Amino acid sequence: MATFDVIFLGGGPAGYVGAIRCAQLGMSVGVVEREGLGGTCVMWGCIPAKALLASASLAEKVKKGAEFGVIANDVKFDLGAAVKRSRAVSLQNSKGVEFLFKKNKITWLKGTGKITSKNTVSVKGEDGKEEKHEAKKAICVSTGSRVRGLPQAGLELNKTTIISSDEALILDKAPKSIAIVGAGAVGCEFADVYNAFGSEVTIVEVAKTILPVEDADVSAELTRAFKKRKINLMTDAKIKSVKAGKSSVKLSIEINGKTEDLEVEKVLVAAGRAPNIEDIGIKELGVQMTDRGFIKINEKMETSVKGIYAIGDVAGPPMLAHKGEREGLVFAEFLAGKDHVHPVNYNNIPNATYCHPEVASIGMTERELKEKKIEYKAGKFPFSANGRARTSGETEGFVKILVDPKYGEILGAHMVGASVTEMIHEIAVARENEYTVEEIELAIHAHPTLSEAVAEATLDAMGRVIHA
Amino acid sequence: MATKVFMEALSPTMEEGVLTQWTKNEGDAVKSGDVIAEIETDKAIMELVARGDGILRKQLIAGGATAPVGTLIGVIAAADENIDSLVGGAGASAPKPEASAPPAGSNATPAAPPASGASTESAVPKSEDPAHATETGSKGATAITAGSAGAPQPGAKEETGAATSQDPNAPRPKSSPLARRLASDQGIELSSIDGSGPGGRIIKRDIEAALASGGTAKAATGTSAPARAAASGADYVDIPLTQIRKTIARRLSESIGPIPTFYLTAEYDISKVTELRTAMTELGDEFKVSVNDIIIKAVATALAKHPEVNAHWTGDGIRQFNRVHIGMAVAIDDGLITPVIFDADRKGLSEISAEAKVLAKKARERKLKPEEFTGSTFSISNLGMFGIDQFTAIINPPEVGILAVGSATDTPVVVNGELTIQKRLRVTMSCDHRAVDGATGAKFLQTLRRLLENPLMLIY
Repeated sequence: MATFDVIFLGGGPAGYVGAIRCAQLGMSVGVVEREGLGGTCVMWGCIPAKALLASASLAEKVKKGAEFGVIANDVKFDLGAAVKRSRAVSLQNSKGVEFLFKKNKITWLKGTGKITSKNTVSVKGEDGKEEKHEAKKAICVSTGSRVRGLPQAGLELNKTTIISSDEALILDKAPKSIAIVGAGAVGCEFADVYNAFGSEVTIVEVAKTILPVEDADVSAELTRAFKKRKINLMTDAKIKSVKAGKSSVKLSIEINGKTEDLEVEKVLVAAGRAPNIEDIGIKELGVQMTDRGFIKINEKMETSVKGIYAIGDVAGPPMLAHKGEREGLVFAEFLAGKDHVHPVNYNNIPNATYCHPEVASIGMTERELKEKKIEYKAGKFPFSANGRARTSGETEGFVKILVDPKYGEILGAHMVGASVTEMIHEIAVARENEYTVEEIELAIHAHPTLSEAVAEATLDAMGRVIHA
Repeated sequence: MATKVFMEALSPTMEEGVLTQWTKNEGDAVKSGDVIAEIETDKAIMELVARGDGILRKQLIAGGATAPVGTLIGVIAAADENIDSLVGGAGASAPKPEASAPPAGSNATPAAPPASGASTESAVPKSEDPAHATETGSKGATAITAGSAGAPQPGAKEETGAATSQDPNAPRPKSSPLARRLASDQGIELSSIDGSGPGGRIIKRDIEAALASGGTAKAATGTSAPARAAASGADYVDIPLTQIRKTIARRLSESIGPIPTFYLTAEYDISKVTELRTAMTELGDEFKVSVNDIIIKAVATALAKHPEVNAHWTGDGIRQFNRVHIGMAVAIDDGLITPVIFDADRKGLSEISAEAKVLAKKARERKLKPEEFTGSTFSISNLGMFGIDQFTAIINPPEVGILAVGSATDTPVVVNGELTIQKRLRVTMSCDHRAVDGATGAKFLQTLRRLLENPLMLIY
């Protein structure tokens, strides 16, 4: 039995960042986490996936080595080795969070937590022993989400032939063929990895395009790039039946009114995540949920029950680590009673997909602007006209900026290309501070850089593009 | 000799004023002492009077515009006097004595003849822009002036247009680029808006809120209507601060912040006060007083006996007053103001009653003169008429106390083992602990109890 000011249920990006901020603000903090610190992001999501994508990127570069004057003979691609490296990176990151806990005097309550009253949490350790802890100020639910599979489409996860990202991250060799169901960020990233390591990849997506939530131009550009890399794309496709054998899966897919059969070694279900709300004691306390099954919160991350808070995936979409982190910070500052807490700006959260070429976006798409009948102007600049992109042979993609025609407010930005997941933050900073396209353009951009494409796109929006 | 019209400091705390309207038009003859404009200060709407005789030749800011104290806002001069140099220098504040003399160059310029045109044009309607008339009526002078190097051009129209814009040297409020662009397009002065962004930065939503609430002069004429309609779906209305609201906010947070305040509450039996009042009313209308008038008298009498409460905190000392000037908080449409009943302890009830009535009326009409709302030594806030039983009021610094008066209610009380009904009144005094200690305040309230429970003492 220990007493803390705050107890977090879950040590993922929302929980651990919130915990550190709480500790900085002078609170005593306990974090319940059964696996590694860092949660899904560090152990089973962002970090290991990006490590694999780095391997994939290198593999793609090596394939083009001769063109660059780098001739490597006898090149082999070993997904097993890539996975090993990826796990090591995850572990390293998790240890990093452990170090941060020690530094900030945060207690890791190792085990599975359950809220037993408005101010107590019981934690069951690996040895089955239960211990109760008291939270004087707040209990913060940051339990995250998990892969759910698509049972409604007949895709029950079996962990061998029908797998989720959890298994996909630790395959020791690339499957001969793989169908990836769902062409969101996760699906597109794994398609990139397996394609680079030699698998025959087919993406099956029910929407009309891959990355369906992104701007239509972005989806089209990535479609072109993926097709060039011989990734099969089945969009507007419905799965009619699934037959899982021992070493393969037969899918029957309806596309364009016709039914096509597909037999693959593995199916990766890259769609559907469910919030972790079961068995944590919130039901018993009567915590209100949203229609979509997430915990309902307000600006201060308060749930309907006083003293109980929720942040991160469990508190609703977008299920992104950086959204959870920000909620953790804001939660801590409100709890500490700080003045002028800047609330989470849910309209200015960047999206990033780390396949090659990368995709990044922020704000509204052209589709949304049209739906909302908001007048806009688009400024666009292709990387094929950017010097730095040419030097590295990465000329796919573009930067598109959507602008209010009267005042130059940046309504949205959409990018496809190398390193665009880094470049999007110029727009994030601009939007957060209400800079307009003019202020972006006035800032001198170094030459040659990919970021010049951002400046050129703003110029294009003002009708003054130089290099196109 | 031309007379410059400046935005004057019409109240002791005024830093800027809104020229709500010109009461004289350009071209009107004015005499020293004539009211030429109405100015909204931080406290009231005041009259601005002419400081010289002549013609109001130029209005340098439009009705509805805000200008810091000291800004040149108009020129009074003879009909034929060349005022170009004055008009050209407008916008710059701080009246420099040498600036009022016409530049040497224009001394040499023959004054524009009272224009034979002037007489022939006397049939021209008065409303015609006098600047225009000057220009057309004195072509010769124009040519000469234009020829003298460096002399201000007589393109008075354009120049005054520029002069109406804000003083470029005034500190610029923090704002986002997008907010600045919106504001300049919509004709909103950033200085008229309070920012809600990080560190009080003015951001887009602040401009939109200002537009939605009718915002500034220019917005009101054209663009505000659609903006208001667009925003009408919101759950709230953002209201920009008026001068008086700004001052209230600044002054009161100044108070609650650095002033270590504590509160003392007492409940008095004022049955005798009500009896006294009823008895007086029966004597005739001229003897009619309100309970509040009696409270003012009683508080003033008590203060005279407790100078430690009748004091100001001066920062480096405490100033106890020998005279008792009671500030009485009056609710007005967009705020409150505390007109002062001077020497209330020495005044009879009838005098207090009459004065309170007049002051309250003037306050509501915003006609109070600065000397009528400054100089109080202690304040009373009465919310009894709103059915408030008890509350705490915020000290009006540099005073060290304020009395919050609730409503008088019939209350069952046990007296000598018998249940009786008394008219009881709750008062709460806020005390600045730097000057007033608990016992000091309590003793004052004790005296007040004796007076209110035995109001005949007030007559003594």
